Amino acid sequence: MTKPPDIDRNFGSASRRRFMREGSALLGGAVIAGGLAGSEARAAAENTGNLPPNVPEWMKTPGDPMGTQPYGAPSPFEKDVIKNISKTLPQYLSASGRTPLQDLDGIITPNGLFYERHHGGVPTIDPAQHRLMLHGLVDRPLIFTMDDIRRFPSESHIYFLECSGNPEYKKPYGKTASDLVGLLSCAEWTGVSLKLVLQEAGLQPGAKWVVAEGADSAAMTRSIPIEKCLEDAMLAYSQNGERLRPQQGYPLRLLVPGFEGNMNVKWLRRLHVTAEPAYSRDETSKYTDPMPNGTAREFTFYMEAKSIITRPSGGQRLSAPGFHEISGIAWTGRGKVRRVDVSVDDGKSWQQAQLQEPVLTRALTRFRLPWHWDGKPAVIQSRAVDETGYVQPTLAELLAVRGDNYVYHNNAIWPWRIAEDGEITNAHA
Amino acid sequence: MPTRRLKSAALAVAALLCVTSAKAQSPYGIGRVATPAEIAGWDIDVGGEGSKLPPGSGSVGHGSEVFGQQCAACHGAKGEGGIGDRLVGGQGTLGTPKPVRTVGSYWPYAATLFDYIRRAMPQNAPQSLSNDDVYAVSAYILSLNGLLPADATLDAKSLAAIKMPNRNMFVGDPRPDVKNPECMSNC
Repeated sequence: MTKPPDIDRNFGSASRRRFMREGSALLGGAVIAGGLAGSEARAAAENTGNLPPNVPEWMKTPGDPMGTQPYGAPSPFEKDVIKNISKTLPQYLSASGRTPLQDLDGIITPNGLFYERHHGGVPTIDPAQHRLMLHGLVDRPLIFTMDDIRRFPSESHIYFLECSGNPEYKKPYGKTASDLVGLLSCAEWTGVSLKLVLQEAGLQPGAKWVVAEGADSAAMTRSIPIEKCLEDAMLAYSQNGERLRPQQGYPLRLLVPGFEGNMNVKWLRRLHVTAEPAYSRDETSKYTDPMPNGTAREFTFYMEAKSIITRPSGGQRLSAPGFHEISGIAWTGRGKVRRVDVSVDDGKSWQQAQLQEPVLTRALTRFRLPWHWDGKPAVIQSRAVDETGYVQPTLAELLAVRGDNYVYHNNAIWPWRIAEDGEITNAHA
Repeated sequence: MPTRRLKSAALAVAALLCVTSAKAQSPYGIGRVATPAEIAGWDIDVGGEGSKLPPGSGSVGHGSEVFGQQCAACHGAKGEGGIGDRLVGGQGTLGTPKPVRTVGSYWPYAATLFDYIRRAMPQNAPQSLSNDDVYAVSAYILSLNGLLPADATLDAKSLAAIKMPNRNMFVGDPRPDVKNPECMSNC
């Protein structure tokens, strides 16, 4: 592959500028959030005389030297782009924190902003003392060290992960895209196909389920159907190129692409091959879906097709009438996103958005639609269609079938209301 | 005697061959065989119908004491809930607009109580209770829900025998269950 030589040079100067900007911000103490505070940042820049025709301060002095940040961190101007964690949770050991979807571009979630859900806190696990036990209906019960796991042939895939309660069906509904569907993230995962590991132990006839158990203080347990284990499930040890973060299951987690988040058991220590599901607390009394007639759906694994406009979205403001790109994300646990439709007239008409390639199976897909806002009040929304032909429903359509005591798998279309002054709010709130 | 010794030696060789050939079937030869003792220490999942419930027993009375010390701070003195889930009541509410989902009203299997308490409770010190104490706390919670007499004692057999009221109310996944007509214009 040939690469123009100036690419490296440009990158070098861009990163040098970045270092200088950060250095200047730290020196001046003028730390300003980016994103929605863009105009503030501009105002501050005007005050310091960094705009043309003046030469910016960050060009007149060297920036931070190499090694100032051995790992690296976002610009101090981005300090407000953090996980969205409620300050009023009843407790923080079994709790969740959301990805700030409206502040992100593309389809990959940075590891530090990946959503979190744990049921007994985040354990600190020494990988040298971590073991994966595989037993039950197998020819040879086996124990693996992390070095063992990494000796298997490896593979990498981009998959989304979504918590099943994202969001609930009852008001109050959230203000921002993150409040609504921020228990959603997407990463490139590297690990070993679960099928290979199961074959290493030899599956016996009658093996129908694999009970996966975490090494956290909740010993989180879910039963996975054997078909999924042999299809595309994997044991992941890396995320976006680096080892898993502790919040994501370091040193090893299960991935069952397209299935509800809690089944992707983190800190994985045990796989028990069985004939029956475990009927664990989390798959009977917790992650089940109560219907209005008193029955409850169980083993509701798939996350169905869904999308949301992340820009412009709730909490943001359109600065002026004129051109605004509408951009958002779509996904489906049942394969690929086939199409995303966008309406800018409160659902009266819909037009097809452009999908950013590559459109991947069980990954986020970025969509875009160029739009000219005429300055009048408007309601904008998106609707995903997946490769099975399934169409993302409205909240009213979901509530009519499931009632509002249903807790999980809310994949409703979510409209944003744009006021005359450009203020954007949740149209359902 | 020599014949018997010869026989057992032959068996040992056969067993060894068996292990060797089993090993050879592993496509990559990665990992090592888990010993029965290792498996016994980690194999804590109890089936819904009570398979693998361990030996031991506990009374409602003892469970009340353990619950007061270990559980009440989060779940309330009578399991009415607090920081932790409500555990008691709600029977007959699931088909109403205000369903109350508790162990007594919602959980399909009693044995799951043992499994969950042993693996995850109390939240500040999981896997610290003895099996006897776990049976006792399970008995107390079931008794608070009217599913066990106040003088009862639970063990593997009696816990597995308890039929939970909501056992038959779980159904499979019928999705896709909602259809959007996919209107494009004049909607």
